Amino acid sequence: MGIAYIYPPYEVVRNKDRCIGCRVCERQCANEVHHYSEEAGCMMADESKCVNCHRCVSLCPTRALKIVKTDHTFKENANWSGKAIQEIYRQASTGGVLLSSMGNPEPYPIYFDKILLNASQVTNPSIDPLREPMETRVFLGKKPKQIKRDKNGNILPQNTPHLELSMPVMFSAMSYGSISYNAHESLARAARELGIYYNTGEGGLHEDFYQYGANTIVQVASGRFGVHSDYLDTAAAIEIKMGQGAKPGIGGHLPGTKIVGDVSRTRMIPEGSDAISPAPHHDIYSIEDLRQLVYSLKEATNYEKPVIVKIAAVHNVSAIASGIARSGADIIAIDGYRGGTGAAPTRIRDNVGIPIELALASVDKRLRDEGIRDDVSIVVGGSIRSSADVFKAIALGADCCYIGTAALLALGCHLCRSCHEGKCNWGIATQRPDLVKRLNPDIGYKRLVNMLTAWNHEIKEMMGGMGINSIESLKGNRLMLRGIGMTEKELEILGIKHAGE
Amino acid sequence: MKRVYVNEKWCLGCHLCEYNCAFAQTGKEDMALALKGKQIHPNIRVEDGDNIHFAVNCRHCDEPLCVKSCITGALSRDENGVITIDKEHCIHCYTCILSCPYGAIVPSEEGAIQKCELCIKTTQGTPRCVAGCPNNAIVFEER
Repeated sequence: MGIAYIYPPYEVVRNKDRCIGCRVCERQCANEVHHYSEEAGCMMADESKCVNCHRCVSLCPTRALKIVKTDHTFKENANWSGKAIQEIYRQASTGGVLLSSMGNPEPYPIYFDKILLNASQVTNPSIDPLREPMETRVFLGKKPKQIKRDKNGNILPQNTPHLELSMPVMFSAMSYGSISYNAHESLARAARELGIYYNTGEGGLHEDFYQYGANTIVQVASGRFGVHSDYLDTAAAIEIKMGQGAKPGIGGHLPGTKIVGDVSRTRMIPEGSDAISPAPHHDIYSIEDLRQLVYSLKEATNYEKPVIVKIAAVHNVSAIASGIARSGADIIAIDGYRGGTGAAPTRIRDNVGIPIELALASVDKRLRDEGIRDDVSIVVGGSIRSSADVFKAIALGADCCYIGTAALLALGCHLCRSCHEGKCNWGIATQRPDLVKRLNPDIGYKRLVNMLTAWNHEIKEMMGGMGINSIESLKGNRLMLRGIGMTEKELEILGIKHAGE
Repeated sequence: MKRVYVNEKWCLGCHLCEYNCAFAQTGKEDMALALKGKQIHPNIRVEDGDNIHFAVNCRHCDEPLCVKSCITGALSRDENGVITIDKEHCIHCYTCILSCPYGAIVPSEEGAIQKCELCIKTTQGTPRCVAGCPNNAIVFEER
């Protein structure tokens, strides 16, 4: 074993007065932290294996367990943090690129938390959402710029394909392979019940889920996994993934060990082969190339489905979005640097991309300035954590939000950020059958429905407080926002005033 | 009647039902107090295979062999169909144990035998094994 350079970051604290030795913790830990010692007559723990996922804590019937951060420390150093030192040790022993999962956890500013909402007082009445109708329904797609009438004055329908949602939230792309069958089923059933959409990610669509096609967005990404005519025909919309907030500029790599059985069939690649999504689309090197793919997909689906182009929020995002709007796409999805992933190189995840709030505000402004805002809808993701974030995003100009991490949290994820190890104790980011079955979709989909139903109530409450009864009236309504603790430049980019102004 | 059913597809083999059952039998408020240092004797038992887990308890058969075989009438089927044991009348002949095809009846430490009575004598509501199952693998329903 040699020298143990890395001290375990967590400690398993077991209250011996409460532990009844039922061994649930032992049976439920895929990392094999807990075991029963016949010799000692009690449960023991090897905390070096603990990823702090709380599965044991959550299932312990007597609440005998908790996980605490170790107070073992390096000599204090404001420059060389314990994390930085340990990462060096890790790389010195493996020679590998550091891998991480879920979103960027570093302490960059969170602009949503520096934005405050307005409410009505005296001069404009607020509305009680429990007594008066409130509209949170949204339509995504190209909007007609003017109404055309025939010679009798009847409105001529000129509808481009649209998505209709009961509320401005969708489940973002998470592939079958990166998440489990049961997680996918939970998302699909919740999307159908809520009247929203979920997204297949680049893993193809499992044959069992074609029944949810009317609530499915299918993704076409650089690896083109699982793309065929039925896949496109079944979906409500098609998303071309150019980038992902967690790892802009980087492709994907699902190891061959996970390409088994249904995952292999759904992705249409041989069992055991690595699923490598290239960093770029090899046929897209310009907006013109992108336009070709957008129109190929429209042509393939008889111009009946909106096409979404998803990009990561990067430095010139507004110029890129302007190009996308001109490429024929109906919807632009922008993913901020806090967006989650099943696996990304740590340095990329933690250092590449920009905050979604800034990207959204600048894209919305640029498209309005260019007079093409109505040509596309904007969907934003990359750490939408609550209904308040959704609300602020809409007021900053978004049409709708994508949630990924929040949805996984509703399914039981505890953000231990160990997805890339494939041993998710909550049955979400794993393909091990004994772990997958831990997520019963009957429970999972209800939890998703509950969460978003609650969010929708909250959105209505916040709208009502402002005297707004339709989400359309909130869209891009920056007057309802004020910044706090921000610089002039930040306020300028967000297009909002400071609190008190 | 409502019975306890187990869906093998969702059973994780965590054995929590066994501990919840044992806890229900004690009638105590705190599980740690009730079960700390005790050997448990649950009326539901998880049978584990390689990749398969299945909790087994009394099926509350419509034609119960245990009731038929009971020579003192200690076992009976109440008006709701729940098969209960009257420990006063049990003479420990264990014929019921021999006759139950599911192995759902076991000798009791307190004398007599013990079996699942759907918590009608303890929690008076949803059986504790059902309420405590983390994955809806054990359900209490009419079928």
